[in-house]
Amino acid sequence: MAPAIELRGVTKRFLTPSGGVYTALRDLNLTVQPGEFCAVVGPTGCGKSTTLALISGLEPPSEGEVDVLGQPVTGIADGIGYMFQSDAVFPWKTVLENVAAGPRYHRASNRDARLKARGWIARVGLAGFEDRYPYQLSGGMRKRVALAQSLINGPRILLMDEPFSALDVQTRSLMENELLGLWAATSASVVFVTHDLEEAISLSDRVFVITAGPGTVKSTYQVDLPRPRNVAEIRFQPRFAEIYQEIWKDLRDEVLVSYERQKRSGAA
Amino acid sequence: MNVRSAAARHSARMSARPDLAERQGVDLVAKRRREAQRRQLNVAGLRLLVAVVFLGTWELTTRLGWIDVFFWSQPSAIVAKTWYWITQGTDLGPLWDQVLTTMEETVGGFIVGSVLGVLIGVALGRSRLLSDVLGPYIKAANAIPRVVVGALFAISLGLDIKSKIATAAVLVFFVVFFNAFQGVREVDRNLIANARILGAGDRQLTTEILIPSALSWIVASLHTSFGLALVGAVVGELFGATAGVGELIYAAKNNFDAAGVFAGMGLLAAMALVAEALITALEDRLIKWRPPVATETRI
Repeated sequence: MAPAIELRGVTKRFLTPSGGVYTALRDLNLTVQPGEFCAVVGPTGCGKSTTLALISGLEPPSEGEVDVLGQPVTGIADGIGYMFQSDAVFPWKTVLENVAAGPRYHRASNRDARLKARGWIARVGLAGFEDRYPYQLSGGMRKRVALAQSLINGPRILLMDEPFSALDVQTRSLMENELLGLWAATSASVVFVTHDLEEAISLSDRVFVITAGPGTVKSTYQVDLPRPRNVAEIRFQPRFAEIYQEIWKDLRDEVLVSYERQKRSGAA
Repeated sequence: MNVRSAAARHSARMSARPDLAERQGVDLVAKRRREAQRRQLNVAGLRLLVAVVFLGTWELTTRLGWIDVFFWSQPSAIVAKTWYWITQGTDLGPLWDQVLTTMEETVGGFIVGSVLGVLIGVALGRSRLLSDVLGPYIKAANAIPRVVVGALFAISLGLDIKSKIATAAVLVFFVVFFNAFQGVREVDRNLIANARILGAGDRQLTTEILIPSALSWIVASLHTSFGLALVGAVVGELFGATAGVGELIYAAKNNFDAAGVFAGMGLLAAMALVAEALITALEDRLIKWRPPVATETRI
């Protein structure tokens, strides 16, 4: 079977406002199998989010090839769900309208879209909040709306860009468990970007460590912890600690490089 | 025995404490409410005082002859003039007709100007090429003191309502246009990316993301632009008209009737205040998704 996502020798450069060229990713190779939950960890500014932008088709690569579901990416394709780091729910739409947006954009009738949306709203635990506007919800609830919004079109690829980084610790592990539950019911491949190694290990089957920018894959680790998992408790398993130590050795160097660089540019 | 009585005393003290706390809480709320009421009364009283002092000084100085009543009129004469207009009608016909004429011109200009402003603002905000090509011309047009177009419209469109609507529309257009343009430009990139991932096409992106997002900018501009529409209508009337409050003021000026000028100004102020209240109501309906915090200080 063809891999769900394949990046081959991908380089991405951006023009900086001052006219210079900034290389976010350099010669990056990354493969995700169908139904696999992958986490991408790396220091701040290593191009993790750029990787997702390339897979989704929001940005074209400068060099190299990106294949999704066996097809080269030429633009925004169907079958992709994307959860953004910052709030990307539409503030002028109610919870129901927000979740129903996906089917409506895919030419579903208003009634069908709403019906489907109600189902997903119940599944993420927001039944009764259909008519609220985002400003009336807590941060965790808005994340639930975003989750339902990105899952309702039945994506085969789910891209998540530090989706829970703004939440408090308790809400966060609740949301992570719910994400695992919802994901288990689909056959979607997930690419989950985070800077939190604990989160990466507890959620995923495989962890990619990205180097300090320009980013490229430094190493890959298999996470052989049994499923279903309880995110709040899995970190107490001895195997979890072993995997954590192993990956951290790799990650630490990159974090230090990135930190030194920030200090220098801060001092300059 | 001893132990039990100690425990009883302890529990009695525990139950007394919430009582006390509750009573203190109630006291605090009542105190705050009394303070707020007193403050409101104070403000109302002081406001009244400002009006009495201002109008009283005006009335007194004109009556004592320190200020020439012929040029500056006086409050009692203005009230009498307004009352005369209401009961006996004006030289141009019933007062109500004049107010209605000016209102029609204002609302007409307001609607034409804001619809055009939104359409063209969104179009230019969407298209980099269009905004690059037309940008300098719009800036140049904006730099002209625009009330003078009233003269042009008085020639080309005649002395009836059309020329006033056109003048008001031109004034309104630029304010709404710049806000719509800016609003579309400032849309959160994440929201656009999210909509595109969810499958939104170009048209849906415009109607469901760009316009709602720009709407809070546009609606904020409506407060200013309604006032400008009124200016446009009145200026249009000054350039030549057969009816309207502006024409009333113009006629009063020609008769050296200062009281008439002031009475007309009072009417315009009243109309502007009513319109402001209507627009605030419209704003609350249009952007009910916004958290209910005052985004601007309303006086």
